[in-house]
Amino acid sequence: MKAKNQNTFSSKYWLMIMTVVCVILLVLSFVAERAEKNGSKGPLSVVADYTIVPMQNGLNKIGMWTRDFTKNFATMQEILAENETLKEGNDNLVIENNQLQQKAVELERFYELYKMDEQTADYEKVGARVIASDTSNWFTTFTINKGSNDGMRVDMNVMAGKGLVGIITHVGPTSSTVRTIIDSSNTSNNVSAMMLTTFDKCIVTGDLELINSGCISFSQMANNDNEIPVGEQVVTSNISDKYLQGLLIGTVKEITVDDNNLTRSGLIIPAVDFRQLQEVLVITTTKQDIIDKGNSETTNDKAAADEETIPDETAEPESSAE
Amino acid sequence: MKGIKRKITYAVLIIIGFLLESMLFPHIALASITPNLMLIITASIGFMRGKQEGMFIGFFCGLLQDVSFGKYIGLYALMYMFIGYGNGFFKRLFYDDDIKLPLALIAGSDLLYGLFTYLLLFMLNGDFRFPYYLQHIIIPEMLYTIIVTLIFYHIILRVNQKLEAEEQRSASKFV
Repeated sequence: MKAKNQNTFSSKYWLMIMTVVCVILLVLSFVAERAEKNGSKGPLSVVADYTIVPMQNGLNKIGMWTRDFTKNFATMQEILAENETLKEGNDNLVIENNQLQQKAVELERFYELYKMDEQTADYEKVGARVIASDTSNWFTTFTINKGSNDGMRVDMNVMAGKGLVGIITHVGPTSSTVRTIIDSSNTSNNVSAMMLTTFDKCIVTGDLELINSGCISFSQMANNDNEIPVGEQVVTSNISDKYLQGLLIGTVKEITVDDNNLTRSGLIIPAVDFRQLQEVLVITTTKQDIIDKGNSETTNDKAAADEETIPDETAEPESSAE
Repeated sequence: MKGIKRKITYAVLIIIGFLLESMLFPHIALASITPNLMLIITASIGFMRGKQEGMFIGFFCGLLQDVSFGKYIGLYALMYMFIGYGNGFFKRLFYDDDIKLPLALIAGSDLLYGLFTYLLLFMLNGDFRFPYYLQHIIIPEMLYTIIVTLIFYHIILRVNQKLEAEEQRSASKFV
């Protein structure tokens, strides 16, 4: 009897100790987040980087293999049926093709215009593989297999294909965590965006409720005379402090005027299929780099101007002391 | 030295569970919902081995999740720890052959886990769409977890039985 009591006491005792440990860890991580917004997640994440991440790399290959296998099996029947109909359609297409070739010259001209418009090609990109996704069903973050050893830094923008995926929030030695634009966890995750043709600014917000319908929402766009058609491209804006300008977010699906008659909001279909992410491209330039570059040029000018005024300033106190 | 084999087994179990959950399960997700394997491990060890072991298993399961994906380290650790401890209370009701109690306990634990995640990470952030989250995340996750439990519970049970038999054998050697 006595031993039993002792046993329950000790496990209660342990629960209290561990609770305190957890609370301390929580407070520490909260403090750490405040203190070093640009740093890594701390010693524990470094440990995980060298133990868990290599194993994740390996198992991810198995995961992809099983998925491909089941997918192949399921789609084989579909493909056979599709093949029949495609053969019939082929004859029609040959005739159509002749007509289209006449328009090819016209198309080439448009293509040149499109290439000029594609600003994202300017940024240097590094490929990375998605090795793990968030284990809970509440958030949409994932881990990539490149970290600070590969030159990754916090706030680097991440793309897949031509569309924006998200932003790096934490960096470890060999892996980084990416928070996607469809994540709804906090308001600081919002993306400042604009319409491609009219340059109307808006705020793009991820939403757990909309993820399943494959959409993200935008809001706070001025209700001016500019008409926004459905299918208009939405890109990151020039005033965003974290996202580079001109990265494609998606196309407008629907747009409505808000009750206040001053702003408009609506839904966007993202350019990236977030469920199929396997490889992503990380842009190695951050917005801060561009801002710093701009600032250093202006501060150099300022410093040159200050140097001329310094003798005057130092002379002044002396004269007042006299 | 006693029980070191058990500790190593637990570590392997947790790491395999975590890897499966973060790597394999996203590929087999139904309606973008994945089962919660870490919770199955925590709860199972809890009612098979008692409060203290359940608590420690929960702590490490949660910590692993915190370190790799959480915003604040310690939050999931705390939640899983209490789940493991809570399941430990049912040790005296637990029999190997009966699968109804484990299923009910794991389902209940997952429900609590979902509710607390909503409370701590969403409601405190000013997000009050509870009915939606209940219908589209908490309940589906619970159902999916129950289905996966039917498979993984037997593995954990078998591992535990083997360890217990071995420990009894080595204990009787000294008597």
